[in-house]
Amino acid sequence: MKMIIAIVRPERLEAVEDALSEVLDEGDNYRITIDMVEGLGRQEGEVEIFRGQKVKLRNVQKTRITLCVNDAYVEKTIGAISKGARSEPGGAVGDGKIFVLPLEEVVRIRTGERGGSAI
Amino acid sequence: MIDSGSTAWMLTSSALVLLMVPGLALFYGGMVRKKNVLTTMMMSFVAMAVIGVQWVLVGYALAFGKSALGGFIGWDWQMFALQGIEPTTLYADKAIPELVFVMFQGKFAIITPALISGAVAERMKFRTYLVFTLIWVTFVYCPLAHWVWASDGWLFERGVLDFAGGTVVHIAAGVSALVLALMMGPRRDFARGAAILPNNLVLTLTGAGLLWFGWFGFNAGSSVAVESPVAGAIAGLAFTTTQSAAASAGLAWMAVERWHHGKVTSLGLASGIVAGLVAVTPAAGHIKPWAALLLGAMASVVCYAAVQLKNRLGYDDSLDAFGVHGVGGILGALMTGLFCFTPVKGLFSGGDVSQFGKQALGVGVAIAFAGGGTFVIASLLKPLMGLRTTDQEERDGLDIHVHGERGYHFDQT
Repeated sequence: MKMIIAIVRPERLEAVEDALSEVLDEGDNYRITIDMVEGLGRQEGEVEIFRGQKVKLRNVQKTRITLCVNDAYVEKTIGAISKGARSEPGGAVGDGKIFVLPLEEVVRIRTGERGGSAI
Repeated sequence: MIDSGSTAWMLTSSALVLLMVPGLALFYGGMVRKKNVLTTMMMSFVAMAVIGVQWVLVGYALAFGKSALGGFIGWDWQMFALQGIEPTTLYADKAIPELVFVMFQGKFAIITPALISGAVAERMKFRTYLVFTLIWVTFVYCPLAHWVWASDGWLFERGVLDFAGGTVVHIAAGVSALVLALMMGPRRDFARGAAILPNNLVLTLTGAGLLWFGWFGFNAGSSVAVESPVAGAIAGLAFTTTQSAAASAGLAWMAVERWHHGKVTSLGLASGIVAGLVAVTPAAGHIKPWAALLLGAMASVVCYAAVQLKNRLGYDDSLDAFGVHGVGGILGALMTGLFCFTPVKGLFSGGDVSQFGKQALGVGVAIAFAGGGTFVIASLLKPLMGLRTTDQEERDGLDIHVHGERGYHFDQT
């Protein structure tokens, strides 16, 4: 089992969700958690104007999605996120990153089920 | 004999001017950071409470009583706590009850110190601010209002025109705001050059709209001073010039911004509207609509330049109380002397420059008296109470430290 954390552009979230449902939906839903976050990578912060003065924001607004999947679905998930999150055909600075982490345990609270079937 | 039309209009105007205070609270509140939204809005709201009491007890007597202390201020024991004013007492030679006039003028005394709060936002001690507004209205606003608006005021007798408060309200507040901002120093994050961005410009736009709406009472209601026994014709003129100046100022600010950095901002449109309203305030019942269009546009150009100059000079007038109200008020008061056609003719209406000279006197007196008065009051309060919050309070935000609240809990159910 892996935990997949991806940072994507907020405006690409819908495309990522569409791509995920294409590869993962087998009469089932993909399981996802979405946070609005801000941070800094290689992309520069936006510039806002306050009464004629330009103010550069330190951080960029991003969307963080978290999915936990069984090993068989890891590459499919990575592929779907990459496809949905690219803002232009070749990709652009600011499209985001995908982190894959080992996942120790999963517990479904309702039933107490554990492991892969609880995902 | 009470005139019901005039009385109804003055009651309406009084309520309209009061609505400007929450309008100002929204206008300012939207521009500060999330952690200071409540304290900033409170600084406007609390004037309704503090000055609302002060005005009934002594404020009206000080501003509109008979000249005392050699004309420095007014006083009349009959007006103390309004005890000698019967519901049927008429105001001077007008056909409205004096109590209506008391309330109308009281709203002006309320909003004026609230305007100052824009310059000290995000760092002034709330306690000190309360004491400051009380002393400031009593010893700066009331004397100035007496000099300019009372029938035995010395500036009034010299023919200085201030239709609805360009000098008494906007110059006085704007200059005082500048003095306070300089005495207090910049916000810690301003000094560090960190980005300070508004928490909610939607509030600011809403506030600007309410200010525009309320300003019709502010300006068109002020016709009570020049029309007797009933208000009407000049009220209509002031209403028209107010609308004209606000609209052209909004357009002009948009144009200047577009030229300066290529974008038209919402805060810019809101600021332009307010700058135009400020500038037309002293002129509203004295100039023609075409002159109001010109004056509004001039106000936006001049105020925009003043705000950019502030950025160059590096002092921290947080929300541009001086750049908009001080500068716009000075411009409006001076231009009144050139554009006026009633009751006197200015240079552009077939008259001469003498009215301009009188206006300059009014402007000079208001700058010197309000600036000096604020300096003295703040110099006394600084060692007694302190002007600024602690660095930690400023860093964490005043809302939680001073008021024990936060403005937004959107992330909680």
